[in-house]
Amino acid sequence: MNWGRAVAIGRKEVTQIRRDPRSLLIAFLMPVLQMALLGYGARLDAKHLAVYVFDRDGTQDSQALLERFRASEYFELVRAVDDYGALAAAIDAGRCKLGVVVPPDFSRRLRDGDGVTVQALVDATDDNTANLAIGYAQGVVGAYSAAVQLDWIRRQGLPDRVAAPPLSIEARTWYNEDLDSRNFIIPGIVALAMSLVGALLASLTVAREWERGTMEQLVSTPVTAREIMVGKLAPYFAIGLADAALCVGTGVFWFEVPFRGTVDTLVIATALFLVVTLAIAFMISVAIPSQIGASQMAILVTLLPFNMLSGFAFPIDQMPAAIRLITYLVWGRYYLTVLKAVFLKGSGVLAIAEPMLAMVVYAVVVGTLATRAFRKTLK
Amino acid sequence: MNAAPAVLVEGLVKRFGTFTAVDDVSFSAQRGEVLGFLGPNGAGKSTIIRILCALLRPTAGRALVAGLDVTREPEAVRAHLGYMSQRFSLYDDLTAVENLRFFGGLYRVPDAVLAERIAWAVEMAGLTGRETELVGTLAGGWKQRLALGCAVLHQPPIVFLDEPTSGVDPVSRRQFWQLIHHMAESGVTVFVSTHYMDEAEYCHRLALMDRGRLVALGTPGELKRGSLRGALLRVECQPLGEALDALGRAPGVLEAAVFGDAFHVTVSAAEPALRDLPRWLTERGLQCGAIAEIPPSLEDVFVARVGGGRA
Amino acid sequence: MPDAGPSVAVEGLTKRFAATTAVDGLAFTVAPGELFGLVGPDGAGKTTTMRMLAGVMAPDGGSALVAGCDVVRDPEGVKHRISYMPQRFGLYEDLTVDENIRFYADLFGVRRREREARAMRLLTASGMERFRDRLAGQLSGGMKQKLGLTCALIHTPQVLLLDEPTTGVDPISRRDFWRILYELVGEGVTVLTSTAYLDEAERCHRLALLHEGRLLFCDAPARLKAGMPGTVVAVTTTAASAVRDELRAMPGVSSLLIVGDGVRLVVDDAGARIPEIHARLRAAGLVATYVAVVPPTIEDLFVASVGRAAERGA
Repeated sequence: MNWGRAVAIGRKEVTQIRRDPRSLLIAFLMPVLQMALLGYGARLDAKHLAVYVFDRDGTQDSQALLERFRASEYFELVRAVDDYGALAAAIDAGRCKLGVVVPPDFSRRLRDGDGVTVQALVDATDDNTANLAIGYAQGVVGAYSAAVQLDWIRRQGLPDRVAAPPLSIEARTWYNEDLDSRNFIIPGIVALAMSLVGALLASLTVAREWERGTMEQLVSTPVTAREIMVGKLAPYFAIGLADAALCVGTGVFWFEVPFRGTVDTLVIATALFLVVTLAIAFMISVAIPSQIGASQMAILVTLLPFNMLSGFAFPIDQMPAAIRLITYLVWGRYYLTVLKAVFLKGSGVLAIAEPMLAMVVYAVVVGTLATRAFRKTLK
Repeated sequence: MNAAPAVLVEGLVKRFGTFTAVDDVSFSAQRGEVLGFLGPNGAGKSTIIRILCALLRPTAGRALVAGLDVTREPEAVRAHLGYMSQRFSLYDDLTAVENLRFFGGLYRVPDAVLAERIAWAVEMAGLTGRETELVGTLAGGWKQRLALGCAVLHQPPIVFLDEPTSGVDPVSRRQFWQLIHHMAESGVTVFVSTHYMDEAEYCHRLALMDRGRLVALGTPGELKRGSLRGALLRVECQPLGEALDALGRAPGVLEAAVFGDAFHVTVSAAEPALRDLPRWLTERGLQCGAIAEIPPSLEDVFVARVGGGRA
Repeated sequence: MPDAGPSVAVEGLTKRFAATTAVDGLAFTVAPGELFGLVGPDGAGKTTTMRMLAGVMAPDGGSALVAGCDVVRDPEGVKHRISYMPQRFGLYEDLTVDENIRFYADLFGVRRREREARAMRLLTASGMERFRDRLAGQLSGGMKQKLGLTCALIHTPQVLLLDEPTTGVDPISRRDFWRILYELVGEGVTVLTSTAYLDEAERCHRLALLHEGRLLFCDAPARLKAGMPGTVVAVTTTAASAVRDELRAMPGVSSLLIVGDGVRLVVDDAGARIPEIHARLRAAGLVATYVAVVPPTIEDLFVASVGRAAERGA
């Protein structure tokens, strides 16, 4: 391997990237934009859900219940209506996510100890939010119910502990105490940015030379396939690392995502992930000598699986068994596991040995295949 | 009989921003004439043709095609034209007949005559029996004749050909040009735009274009006779390096350049040179072979007329 | 140490693509320091042949020796000794003239000092020394061609392979280009160039005429012309079609063609036929300003040869 030639290829690639700043914009601006959008815009938790109420009782008791809904940070009482029709219309029109109906005999049944049901109508077109809404509503009603029970027991002259439920569970959320969804979206975006660099930028590099007609002359010179690969991918590797640094920096210092691991682990994991992504992008570029075709294929093979199957947007353990098997092929899943571990868990090397090892194996296999992929002959 | 010219161009100018593509060009073409625009890429040939086809408006000057002003009646002008560009006009995934029908429709050839014209075009192209083959499978020579057929289905009085035989094999090229001359004999005016010297020889008259200007206009013979400052000789002489030196210094020699394994030498007068050069060369210890006057090529004409360096 | 014997030796070279045979049993040799032309229309197999000789396309059959290297068995070995300039010149439009030169110099391992000296010499010879910092995409066609050649010559190849290098280039730049090629062969470089311009073919020392992947013939232009059966006569007239019709019936005429200036025909014996032409035209009341023997063009050679090949049932 002649380093002089590889460096010449790399230097040319860098000059070309410099002269076409649009590609750099994609590499650096898009991840930051996505972070802004997803960081500020997308919340997988739900707060301030709009609620319409239909109070058919209109007593102090029903008002007390509704007051609890109002006080909850998860709900925002928007309006009170007088009939089911208006409630249904509001849900249909999307003006509220939840409709609470208090039955007409609410107060009487409560005082008589007969048991009463409060009805909740939920807009479940987004089932994630619906589940949360139901859960929160149950929480509010449950707390009121417990308060009513306690009050009743006290009036009987019984001690408080009679009201205490026999079992209770105390949840401690590790690693992400606020259950802040940002804390696991942001690391995902770091990986997404790497995929972008690979999929959109690196996949074009060989295809572009074929399309412009320069590849024909290149292969007539003494340069070897390995030198071409190393020379062409090295700049994108550097861009990828810089991109990762930018995203991690933004995540930690702007969005205040905790960073509990070591920088070394992060760098090694990122480097491995980049090697795999770039090698695959290179192979695509070799196989598909048109820029449009290569970039589309790259998106199909790197970005799409990452989005869907790496655990970034959808949890893997909720997937059907067959799909779960497929996710073992998605190298982004290993990187994401390591990222979350490094950011939120602060795991040492041993704890993340398995996904790291998986990435090493992947990198070696794919890297070898990529070297063989490029042939210095025209068809 | 000097009828009105088929095409008349006066003081034509076209500017794109600060770039002058066509710079004060004037000429006329008679009915039944084959007029060639010869010049390198970027000389302005395509621009002139587009103006004549009423696809571009001139910046200044006037162009009349079949008596119609291109700026005032562009649609009428286009109805009188046929345009052929072999590389761009045919659909590879349609058959020959389908292509012809398509162009017949575009040119609004009346249904009553369309079938007859299509049959004529198929025969002219030599594709009888092969009309239902996909055009993509045909070789260059056939495509070219078919493209010509498509361009003249509506029997226009004026036809524009854009490098019609570039890269095509010589046999097909000759057949094609005999076809063009046959059309010209029946009164069709043919404009050819090309940078191939081989094609230019087939034109009745040539307009040499260079960087937007019309540099020369005349028959190939007139241009060859009138362009060089003297006569052109082919001189065989060895060894090449020293011979070039000696020729450059010989009396009566205006210019000498290597050409193949001999020299092309421009001299101020042929007869004295033919007489004296062999002696001059042998006196200097060089071996002189055949020496004869040769007609200049169109490339020689071009270089002589345009001259100068390029950036 | 330059090898004795031919610079390029091709034997039975064949290449097939799906249904067509692009190159069919090609055989020719090129001597060192020769300017050799591969001439033929599109689809004749010129580019395919060049690619095989440059080691960038594997042949399906035959052998090719280039600069002493067996290209079929060791395509990489030949690449140190040759330079290949494909039809699109291989230039990077978003790199400057200097950056392009430096890139190719690095690929061939040319050291900086030597690269500087050679670049300066080549650029000055092409009149491009002022354009070193200009992006290649902003050069004119003729300049791009010269830059392509400079990049190809930044190392010292034994054989230079040029695929249709003058396509679309203006005639003056073409002349400059050929002047550079003549200087190169004068220095001992073997140049193999392909072209579809038949008039350009005359500038080569020797030619190989290709038609549909096969070799029609291979020799020096002058010898080829001398060997052509018959003589070409040009009749300058404004009544071309009438003249043609009149002379069609004449014996000893093997080809009759209308050209811009009049009629061109091939006769068996000019001495006898020319007076006969005059007589016939006079009798028919047709005027010809000029009737004379003219040297055959490469196109004449081509057509005659294809005709002969067709007769032989090729």
